[in-house]
Amino acid sequence: MAVDSAKLIDIIKAIADKITENREYLTELDSAIGDADHGINMSKGFKVVVERISGMEGKDCGTILKTVGMALVSTVGGASGPLYGTAFMRAGQAVDGKNQLNFEDLILLMEAALEGIKYRGKAGRGEKTIVDALEPAVEALKLHREKGFEAALKEAVEAAKRGMEDTKNIMAKKGRASYLGERSLGHQDPGATSCYLMIETMALQLLGDKKA
Amino acid sequence: MKKLINNPELVVEEMLEGMVRAFPQYVRKLEGYNVIVRVDAPVKGKVALVSGGGSGHEPSHAGYVGKGMLDAGVAGSVFTSPTPDQIFEAIKAVDGGAGVLLIIKNYTGDVMNFEMAADMARAEGIDVESVIVNDDVAVENSTYTVGRRGIAGTVFVHKIAGAKAQAGGTLEEVKAVAEKVIKNVRSMGMALTPCIVPAAGKPTFEIGEDEMEIGMGIHGEPGTMRTKIKKADEIVNHLMEKILADLPLEDGAEVAVMVNGLGGTPLMELFILNRRVNQILEEKGIKVYRTYVGEFMTSLEMAGASITLLKLDDELKSLLDAPADTPAFKQL
Repeated sequence: MAVDSAKLIDIIKAIADKITENREYLTELDSAIGDADHGINMSKGFKVVVERISGMEGKDCGTILKTVGMALVSTVGGASGPLYGTAFMRAGQAVDGKNQLNFEDLILLMEAALEGIKYRGKAGRGEKTIVDALEPAVEALKLHREKGFEAALKEAVEAAKRGMEDTKNIMAKKGRASYLGERSLGHQDPGATSCYLMIETMALQLLGDKKA
Repeated sequence: MKKLINNPELVVEEMLEGMVRAFPQYVRKLEGYNVIVRVDAPVKGKVALVSGGGSGHEPSHAGYVGKGMLDAGVAGSVFTSPTPDQIFEAIKAVDGGAGVLLIIKNYTGDVMNFEMAADMARAEGIDVESVIVNDDVAVENSTYTVGRRGIAGTVFVHKIAGAKAQAGGTLEEVKAVAEKVIKNVRSMGMALTPCIVPAAGKPTFEIGEDEMEIGMGIHGEPGTMRTKIKKADEIVNHLMEKILADLPLEDGAEVAVMVNGLGGTPLMELFILNRRVNQILEEKGIKVYRTYVGEFMTSLEMAGASITLLKLDDELKSLLDAPADTPAFKQL
């Protein structure tokens, strides 16, 4: 696996498209247990992300990821902005100055993103948040790293998907959904869902036609 | 949706523009940001107070910017926390060298955005502290939730911490008194109708013509129960019972009372509520030191009200009595 700045920009643009395609779906999930704006705010943020990273092919991967983070932080608002913004900024710091990313770099930046989200949100696994999709994915990447990046990436996507789906069985302990207590059961977490969509899109981009 | 607006996307910008035109002697807007600051900011040597949150709660928070209260109010989109870059600009604009206190209402998004801004400001060498207001007794405080929400009691934090800062208190002292207010203030609200967020275009929730929601949050978050509407006195009895259960007051204690309209309830009804609040306190031997009736922390055009009690001691009384001169809160 080798990702240069141009490829990284393609991946982020694909993620932006995916989020925009799922604008209504994410908002609908949020209306059940939150304040019905997750898809709206995320697509608004990624629109600005695409504007800011266009033409950044000459910059290093760390700078591009940090630019994504800053754009999200300053446009998304709510809780998702600081969370995803911190994730991308930390990911960028983890690969600062690199013009090309290999599989080990991917693991590093994903770990940094996870740590960033846990720090900013003071959240752990099992609280019905982004962490429930992201942490299993990062763990799968590490657990299966010996099998090579393709196999590990596929495992990561599967793990993220299971984590996302499992949020239906979790009572929310963070965010506005936590006010609902037991009434949050049965609903899939919108943050875990957007996180899964990003991981899936990234994997599809990295694996090319070798389907994730 | 029937609203006096031009474009749902521009309600916050246009509101702030109109507000600055109305109160040029008090406030100005930071160019390019939805931040309202004291016209004389930064005030050299004074601890600066910054608050903010989603818009739709006017006069909170920009209405409390002025002498004796806030130095800056940061306005997010309707019911959405402002972003860290906006808050960071506010901090930089009002820092007079004595440090900045952030007054944050306890919502996940608000806390994260303000904390990020605080990190950014500290990285630039500005002394920043923060307090989190969580006065809403409708939400159970437990490990299973993010904790109680911040509602109208926040205005007492602005008033009292603002007075302490105006009197020359250090950042540590201003923060300590803000925390004392938070420890002694409790609120609970109820709603008769929902409100419409301009960008959404439809009501935040459905409620029957003859129903009310007790414990409703200021963004239309669900309350503790939905029942048939009752007489004003019965509603006050219920809200006061919940508040007093959480804020034990001994015979002879002194309180400040705030009866706050959510935007769609006339003053006539707020005074009717206040009448009963005072009767209950009188029966219990609790002395009302000051009363505030009006719109302090609204929820767009929602009909409904909240009641806030602040338990006072000598320090809080003298700071509450101190002068304040802002667009929405004046004390001579």
